[in-house]
Amino acid sequence: MFDITPTEWTAILLSLKVATVATLVATPLGIALAYLLARRDFWGKSLLDALVHLPLVLPPVVTGYLLLLAFGRRGPIGEFLADNFGIVFAFRWTGAVLSCGVMSFPLLVRPIRLSIEAVDRRLEQAAETLGAAPWRVFFTVTLPLALPGVLAGMVLGFAKAIGEFGATITFVSNIPGETQTISSAIYSLIQTPDGDTAALRLVIVSAVIAVAALIGAEIFARRATQRLHGN
Amino acid sequence: MLRVDVVKTLGEFSLEASFESEGRVTGLFGASGAGKTSLVNMIAGLTKPDRGTIAIDGEIVDDTAKGVHVPTWRRRIGYVFQDARLFPHLDVKQNLDYGRRMNGLTDDAEQKKRVTDLLDIGHLLDRRPGKLSGGERQRVALGRALLAKPRLLLLDEPLGALDEGRRAEILPYLVRLRDEARIPMVYVSHDAAEMRQLATQIVMLQRGRVSSFGGVKVLS
Repeated sequence: MFDITPTEWTAILLSLKVATVATLVATPLGIALAYLLARRDFWGKSLLDALVHLPLVLPPVVTGYLLLLAFGRRGPIGEFLADNFGIVFAFRWTGAVLSCGVMSFPLLVRPIRLSIEAVDRRLEQAAETLGAAPWRVFFTVTLPLALPGVLAGMVLGFAKAIGEFGATITFVSNIPGETQTISSAIYSLIQTPDGDTAALRLVIVSAVIAVAALIGAEIFARRATQRLHGN
Repeated sequence: MLRVDVVKTLGEFSLEASFESEGRVTGLFGASGAGKTSLVNMIAGLTKPDRGTIAIDGEIVDDTAKGVHVPTWRRRIGYVFQDARLFPHLDVKQNLDYGRRMNGLTDDAEQKKRVTDLLDIGHLLDRRPGKLSGGERQRVALGRALLAKPRLLLLDEPLGALDEGRRAEILPYLVRLRDEARIPMVYVSHDAAEMRQLATQIVMLQRGRVSSFGGVKVLS
């Protein structure tokens, strides 16, 4: 029961890799976007907000298909990136990163936005009176104070990315060793006659990863909050 | 030293103030709602006047006719707020050092020692703001503003949030600051006794207008 086969290991490691890269790439983008949404007023803000949340409400298959249309080999963006930078998403693990990143983005942005909104603007004013330019106010005051939210967003995003299934399998298919994550491996196993035990093993593994991420986040968040409350 | 001639409308309230002060400590005196904080925030650059000019130390920092508005962080002012506003994620030492870092000033150990001695905060350096009393917090905020080497120090009711005993504890530091630090100050308060002890020139505000201006005598 507990002998994880090499194929399963490949799927587990791939899932971890995909989710980690997706989270790391999405986080700076998410912070920038959360800041814009929390602190700036500009034309088209509601539209941008809606766009960020779109993957949350669209059927994952639709998101995956839209990604395929845009980032596939013949898609406008996909073709451009492949021709000019040699970046290919279609049927590669990088495509899984893209779909997982897009799907987890709303979950990543939301807590960051809330925590930036909660940062006391009077502290930012104080920093300005001490000679800090706006970008330095952001990096020395706003971002450190919003850190618990950033960590929460990263964990939520990571958890979502590791469990992502619909958009990924639609966009990059289910190729063992390249795009077969834990979720798509479980899906394949369930469809084979005696895959039940193997599927169950992977189910347990994914549950363990999710719970570990949550516990880790809790510990981080508690420490960060303590630090920020000046004790 | 400080020249102000501004008009600002905030909802139903309008502020129209014009004065010029060479005093070491310019006292902005008036009841709450007279427009003192609005005026100080304009001098700090946190808000823009609708019309008018502000000059600090000969440099024009606001001139609406010419479209001049120097942002707060380039004004080289210090601001001590009523509610200290220490950075909760930094300890006292880092709070004190913040202005120096942001202004790219060289580390001046002697100056740091002078300020921490003047304000008696040397024993608090490793603490977090959350572990300080109200009076200690306000002294650290004062030190933090001073160490940024401002050319004008704005103090908005720095004793306002403290009880009677604490006020008596801080006031002597402010007097020492006035006599030793050689930084011109704008001191905001609604307390005539504080004003008499600290200010060298008084700007009296009433419902958004300067009602009198002059030496401490205008208080009586």
